[in-house]
Amino acid sequence: MSVIIILLAASLSIALAFLIAFIWSVKSGQYDDDYTPSVRMLFDDTISPEKPESNTETEK
Amino acid sequence: MPQNSLIQQTVCYHCGENCNAADIHIEEKEFCCQGCKMVYEIVNQSGLCEYYDIDKNPGINQKIHVRKGKHAFLDNEEICNKLIHFSDGTQKHVTFYLPQMHCSSCIWLLEQLNKLNKGVMHSTVNFLKKDVTVIYNSDLISLRQVAELLTSLGYEPHINLHDLDSSKIKKYDRSRIYKIGIAGFCFGNIMLLSFPEYFSSGDIQETQLKSFFSILNIALSLPVFFYCSSEFFMSAYAGLRKKFLNIDAPIALAIFLAFIRSLYEIGTHTGAGYLDSMSGIVFFMLVGRFFQDKTYQSLTFDRDYTSYFPISVILLKADGTEDQIPASSIKKGDRIRIHSHEIIPADGILFLGKGNIDYSFVSGESMPVEKGIGEIIYAGGKQIGGAIELEVVKEVAQSYLTQLWNDDVFTKKKNEKKVSFVHQVSRYFTYVLFLIAFLSAVHWSVVDPSKTWNAVTAILIVACPCALLLSATFTNGNMLAKLHGFDFFVKNAGVLESISEADTLVFDKTGTLSISGEERIHFVGPPPDPHQQQLIRSLAIQSIHPLSKAIAGSLPIHRPLLVKHYVEEKGKGSTALVNGEKIKMGSAEYVTGEKKIKAGEGSNVFVSINDDVLGFFVVKAGYRPGLETLVAELKQNYNLSVISGDNDSELQHLKHLFGEETEILFQQHPQDKLEYIKALQTRGHKVIMLGDGLNDAGALQQSNVGIAITDEVNNFSPGCDAILDGKQFAKLKKLLDYCGKEKNIIYGSFIISILYNIVGLSFAVQGTLSPVIAAILMPLSSITIVVYTTLISSFFANRIKT
Repeated sequence: MSVIIILLAASLSIALAFLIAFIWSVKSGQYDDDYTPSVRMLFDDTISPEKPESNTETEK
Repeated sequence: MPQNSLIQQTVCYHCGENCNAADIHIEEKEFCCQGCKMVYEIVNQSGLCEYYDIDKNPGINQKIHVRKGKHAFLDNEEICNKLIHFSDGTQKHVTFYLPQMHCSSCIWLLEQLNKLNKGVMHSTVNFLKKDVTVIYNSDLISLRQVAELLTSLGYEPHINLHDLDSSKIKKYDRSRIYKIGIAGFCFGNIMLLSFPEYFSSGDIQETQLKSFFSILNIALSLPVFFYCSSEFFMSAYAGLRKKFLNIDAPIALAIFLAFIRSLYEIGTHTGAGYLDSMSGIVFFMLVGRFFQDKTYQSLTFDRDYTSYFPISVILLKADGTEDQIPASSIKKGDRIRIHSHEIIPADGILFLGKGNIDYSFVSGESMPVEKGIGEIIYAGGKQIGGAIELEVVKEVAQSYLTQLWNDDVFTKKKNEKKVSFVHQVSRYFTYVLFLIAFLSAVHWSVVDPSKTWNAVTAILIVACPCALLLSATFTNGNMLAKLHGFDFFVKNAGVLESISEADTLVFDKTGTLSISGEERIHFVGPPPDPHQQQLIRSLAIQSIHPLSKAIAGSLPIHRPLLVKHYVEEKGKGSTALVNGEKIKMGSAEYVTGEKKIKAGEGSNVFVSINDDVLGFFVVKAGYRPGLETLVAELKQNYNLSVISGDNDSELQHLKHLFGEETEILFQQHPQDKLEYIKALQTRGHKVIMLGDGLNDAGALQQSNVGIAITDEVNNFSPGCDAILDGKQFAKLKKLLDYCGKEKNIIYGSFIISILYNIVGLSFAVQGTLSPVIAAILMPLSSITIVVYTTLISSFFANRIKT
């Protein structure tokens, strides 16, 4: 029966990983704007030479 | 408007407006004005023509030219620092509000700013908020240049005093999303860990495993109890301190009891507790609240005068130099310059230039007022025509218009005091609940004292009024979303309830009942032939006077003829040689030379060609389509009145529309409107005020529900409780009725929740409520409520369409 404890630990840690991923995604501002990205992804990629480093997190 | 022109209409490649002016084109592409052409050239040069492929004619009309140097105030260090929200020396972040943003092309272009100017490093659009965050290198480009770059594309940033006051941008509140996530996580896992307990009907063979599950459950419930449900405890506590039992009080009690009893049961090995039900209801209630509070990010309901006033003015110093200073630091005696289409920030005396002040936004008067040197000009008006110079006599905060905001109405927040009927119902619910708990406690202490604690706690846990709370939050959330679909933006759920209680509607006239650009125009006299129409129109389009514009709009579109020797006399009329023929149009005196010819209602514009008087145009305010039927519908349920800042030239027409019994008042100042609403309220009426301008701001604030009518939702409506798109005006009655349904829907779901409560309580009273039943009953009742409210509110919303 002790195998259940191992399984449980595994399932909980996976769930926890998802929770942490969720919290991280909220923190990085992915939930602040739930409309613009849906439009943005439809634009054709044009050759954009230099992309600045992501600064979503450094803001504010 | 009659449009019997046979000429093929071409639309501007940039903004999609009709091209009526002279030929402006590049290759095949036609433009309506030089401004649009210029923007096209800028976009074209940078190889960003994809802008025109994503959406058709995506541009913003450039007919109103933005004055060069308008953004000079952004060179001012103090203003700069207030706008920039991040800086590390050279790299700076700034967010601009661009109300012109309207389509996906806009998003695309605004995120390509780095291609237009090397100084811009990155730009990110938030379409719902209609803002763009620009990251730029301040060594290469200044803040002013960023603003000018946006302006050159047609997206003039809107910066006003209000932005400077709230020094930092409001941070998006994410705490509720965290809470939902964590509650959902804990709920799911506790549920999973409780299954063995349920299916083995309470006795798991291995006690070691059982206690391991229990300990895990307790660990998982801690964040739910201490973090996720904190807002319920805080709200309940705040309510109790004010001696008010709000809906959160029994919820907090239920959560608290469920947690304590579960700890007790697990600690004494007498049961598994109700931790799964507890975290489940916390999760559902948080979701419900999130749904209800979802707000419209791009709309602002709490505006005061600072949102309208310019951020800075040009100060004329004694030594002849000019300086840009923030409007808030204007002092008495300062001399300032106001350009065309700028709002006057402070009361002042005109000392240079010709004043032609449009007070429509402040007073509701539809015609600009002429002002001569030495006359006092009140703040809030908009100068139209050339630049003027003023000597300030009162500071911004003491000016005539801003004084309105010193009225008590603006200092207290309305709706805050108002207690929703949901809270009142929940209070009765709580009393009944306590009574049941008390009675069963008495019963069990006589029959079997060992079951007393068990039964009482079970009653309080299972009968938690979360179903009541859920029905209110989900109904409101749904209705707000549905109303949004009809372009009726309601500030919050409390407003829905206030609307359903109202019995009186007060309308403003200008801009609310009537709209500019929809004037009813007819010609008295022999109708002008096409050639004459062409002559008249060519003259009329020269002037910016509203009457002139209205007449030009009513005539068929032609390529304009050559206009020479154009003279416009303010308040009289204009004259010119069009194609060699002398055209004169204006007041009776100006055209015919005779004084006092009163021809009819509305405004009269006489026309003569080669000194031969043809006749005159009668221009009457145009009313919103469907007004007549709407008034007839509204009259059945509401008392109506009309209160206008304009003169009484439209009295006859309004009397005819609204009937004799309706009170119609003219020439009312903003303060008068406020007092009028107050007087109605003291007579016990619940008033909905419908208005559009700053002149209605006081009345909108004083009324029980202030609805701002606007033709451009993202433009600037005064502070209010709800914003209605002018195009939906004819549906007003249906929309108000729909808001009135809110209570019925909530009562309906109350009945459902009471049925569930009866089932749950019947177990609890007998002391036989097992955790399994609680775990099934609670989510099931929540889901039923959610489904019911969603379906029924959509059903009623569909009826608005017909």
